[in-house]
Amino acid sequence: MAGLKPEPAAADAPAKVRFRDPQIEMAHGAGGIASRRLIEGLFAPILFGSSHEPLGDSATVHVAGARVAITTDCFVVKPLKFAGGSIGELAINGTVNDLAVSGARPESIVATFVLEAGLPTDVLEAEIRAMGEAARQAGVAIAGGDTKVVEHGQADLMYITTTGLGSFLPGVHVNPRSVRSGDKVLLSGPIGDHGITILLARGELDLDADLRSDTRSVFPLVEAMVREAGPGIRWMRDPTRGGVATSLNELARDCGLSVHLIDDTIPVRDTVRGACELLGLDPLHIANEGQFLAVVAPEYANLALNALCQTAGGEAAVMIGEVCEQPAGSVLITTEYGGSRIIDMLVGDPLPRIC
Amino acid sequence: MRFVDEFRDPEVITKTAEEIRRLAEPSRHYRIMEVCGGHTHAIYRFGLKDILPSNVELIHGPGCPVCVLPMGRIDDGLALAQDPDVIFSAFGDMMRVPGTQGSPLEHKARGMDVRIVYSPSDALKLAKANPGKHVMFFAIGFETTAPSSALTLMRAKAEGIRNFSLFCNHVTIIPAIRAILDSPDMRLDAFVGPGHVSTVIGCRPYEWIASKEGRPIVISGFEPLDILQSIVMLLRQLKSGEAKVENQYKRVVPWEGNRAALRAMAEVFQLRPYFEWRGLGFISQSALGIRDSYADWDTERRFRVPGVRVTDPKAAQCGEVLKGVLKPAQCKLFGSECTPEHPVGALMVSSEGSCAAYYNYEHRKAMATSLAWPA
Repeated sequence: MAGLKPEPAAADAPAKVRFRDPQIEMAHGAGGIASRRLIEGLFAPILFGSSHEPLGDSATVHVAGARVAITTDCFVVKPLKFAGGSIGELAINGTVNDLAVSGARPESIVATFVLEAGLPTDVLEAEIRAMGEAARQAGVAIAGGDTKVVEHGQADLMYITTTGLGSFLPGVHVNPRSVRSGDKVLLSGPIGDHGITILLARGELDLDADLRSDTRSVFPLVEAMVREAGPGIRWMRDPTRGGVATSLNELARDCGLSVHLIDDTIPVRDTVRGACELLGLDPLHIANEGQFLAVVAPEYANLALNALCQTAGGEAAVMIGEVCEQPAGSVLITTEYGGSRIIDMLVGDPLPRIC
Repeated sequence: MRFVDEFRDPEVITKTAEEIRRLAEPSRHYRIMEVCGGHTHAIYRFGLKDILPSNVELIHGPGCPVCVLPMGRIDDGLALAQDPDVIFSAFGDMMRVPGTQGSPLEHKARGMDVRIVYSPSDALKLAKANPGKHVMFFAIGFETTAPSSALTLMRAKAEGIRNFSLFCNHVTIIPAIRAILDSPDMRLDAFVGPGHVSTVIGCRPYEWIASKEGRPIVISGFEPLDILQSIVMLLRQLKSGEAKVENQYKRVVPWEGNRAALRAMAEVFQLRPYFEWRGLGFISQSALGIRDSYADWDTERRFRVPGVRVTDPKAAQCGEVLKGVLKPAQCKLFGSECTPEHPVGALMVSSEGSCAAYYNYEHRKAMATSLAWPA
């Protein structure tokens, strides 16, 4: 539940609980439409009342008169290590990125570990080292933490929760409600690398591919873009679970407009595309850990794109579409042949289609 | 990506679409059924409806294995897997299909041992790795997936693996097409024939559709260009007053089919006298059962299957949609009570089901258009 946004904690009229599902299913944690229903229908009404802001990647709180960005994220990854990253490194970069796309500089992080009895110490040590290294690279301090151990079988090796604090970058204010028709949609690089890497790393498929997770801090890219085009940046999001499709659908619903994408501008590596073709998955629904989306006012779009392209790791950034009036609340993609289709949020986990 | 990109070349596709517009006589309305759910999915995914002339109408057929499976069969499979010593395995396609007490995924969340496998041989591997458990593979699909089920049972028998069984729900495509053609309210001009099924059965089994029923049929691949080329071939036949079986998907489909696959199916399976299809009712000789020589690996004979029968909610008009009599959005439940997240009918479950495809790719576009330009 990255970023509920109370400003300040609400004491207003209680809102109605709308969540009616009898039990929690895996889909409620998959980042798609069910997750959103759970958060908006159960958590938000009870905790924030009726007037809460749209759900962002982090919340804004006031500490001694200063505005501070705060976010928290829980990492349950299987397997713990995969090509290009591991749970410890993700636990840092995931939280760093949630702060970055809120327009904040990641300052410090606290971490909580839930460890399963029987976890080999060398596995834990490797993940602690991975966290240290990722924090060093992202320029964020790890300020403290907590550890709990549960009985063998009560957890899957280890879970990590990280909470991060960030200071807002001057000259940028992201809010989906500031998005206007005509704004441009930018994407920092190729999509789907992380989700497909994890799928292959689980070893359930007899498939091998030369592919690595894209996990990294996107803060340097955000910072470069803010420096060049800060006043024009309306909204940013790192499309993790649920992928680009889900992030843009949330934006469309929050701003009441439509996002139009051009199919052949969206960068997808051949290996990811191949795996998706084979499994009947849509790359737009696949998770990413080192990319982000930005909506930028048209007059700032080229400045923002150039800033990304000239920053290390942002060379593949592209403009993938724009915001339009209709169909309101939806994401539409135009295929290369002039046909179009609606792209919806992910429903549940992406499941491979075979027959 | 080879074998994909050349069939998505925008220039060739534009030219083919022009050819379709040239061939389609303005005074005539063409109703063409794409039999296979894979085609339905591709048609929506690539927005092909937008580039076809309005008088060339595509009707979605019954070729979605998940969609035609009666809910009672799912209940039967899940009832057996209530036993903690049973592992329920199936393709990802099955995982969200609702039974009366929820889908396999929902049962998994409540603690049932449910595994997604990518082939029946993976389910057999699971059985070898879990000798203390019984692994049931909930088999679905047309002739596309039936050969791999057959080969898996042959291997289980050869290796003497006893803790494995197949809950067979394999169906065959030809009787379904016959049922649709026999339906009194059906009026179709031609068929886009199933590609994957035909890699196994070849093109001969469709000949009666052309010779006896006078309907052209073109076996088609699944890329945008494949489908458009098939429509061109169908329109040419209709223009010249012909009806024959043509094979557009020659790069994959041999005219005679795959003999080795057919042999494996004949070794393990026999036609059931009749089988229930969701939306279409009981169709005689339309499904595969397991032969006596493989009875030890037949879930339905190894266990006492409850034999649940569930009638679809009366308001759900899956049958009419499945036969092409109604468009998805004309069903009373479409988009209100029945959505991809909470499917009532099976056509809303699989992304190859015509309702889910229509909902995901067209529905809101259509709603927005009607809002923007009120009729």
